[in-house]
Amino acid sequence: MRAWLYLLAAAIAGAIITTPALLVYVLGGGTVDDALFASLATLMLVSALAVVTMRDIIRCGLAMIVSFLALAGIYVVAGAPLVAAAQVIVYIGAISVLILFAIMLTQSKAGPASLVFQTQAVPAAIAAIVLAVLIALGVSATDWGEAAERVRLATSALATVLFRDYVLPFEVVSVLLLAAVIGGVFIAKRETEQEPD
Amino acid sequence: MADSLDAYLVLAGALFAIGTFGFLARRNAISMLMSIELMLNAVNLAIVAFGSFIPELKADGSVIALMVMAVAAAEATVGLAIVIAIYRNRKTPLVDEYDAMRR
Repeated sequence: MRAWLYLLAAAIAGAIITTPALLVYVLGGGTVDDALFASLATLMLVSALAVVTMRDIIRCGLAMIVSFLALAGIYVVAGAPLVAAAQVIVYIGAISVLILFAIMLTQSKAGPASLVFQTQAVPAAIAAIVLAVLIALGVSATDWGEAAERVRLATSALATVLFRDYVLPFEVVSVLLLAAVIGGVFIAKRETEQEPD
Repeated sequence: MADSLDAYLVLAGALFAIGTFGFLARRNAISMLMSIELMLNAVNLAIVAFGSFIPELKADGSVIALMVMAVAAAEATVGLAIVIAIYRNRKTPLVDEYDAMRR
């Protein structure tokens, strides 16, 4: 009985992912890149919506990983494969695991929150929709002076710029990471001298 | 579609709006941190899109996106440490029960 439900859910998820690609590729006459973009964008938005609306917070964390993965695919389509690799390593490999561990450390068995949303959820939803519409209108009304198509960037050129023009920010970021690690350990450390558990 | 900057920017705006909603509406502190991560990802997507469509920003977009990722990792570390420290004192991850300064 449960297996059929899982199969049905998998079929619905597959339909959600492949339908935009088919629509763009077959009916819209787009290229393969267009189909990939439509598919990944739909997957990213659906899983991001799942992150902010689902009740079980562990599932929210897993949906967030799916969203990050789809975004890495969009980076590849946009022509920035190194950023996509960093996205997979940093976000999926490090930040998601950190967040999943924090979820497991802070969820009490006593009562998973019956009320997921604050009382201001409806005004928040209206504000978010207005924000998205305003951004879309502003983007489409502005002339960005962009090139007609994407600029593919070689990784060696990126490395040259990173280690020649941006070497000072690079080093400052490493100091910032060190400070964040020390600060995180210090804040989350159990204070055994003052109040032993 | 994949060759127009507007599509990437509208997508980034939609992701940012979803993150805004999550930050304003969720009760769980870790859910709010996840929403912040979504918003940072939206900004990163906009930066990468600008970098790959505007020739003057060719490599700078990717470099700035990598910097944003590092700063986001630092922010996640400290934010989650703060949430865990508060949870140790108050035994709840829900932000509307952190009302010690209102009473």
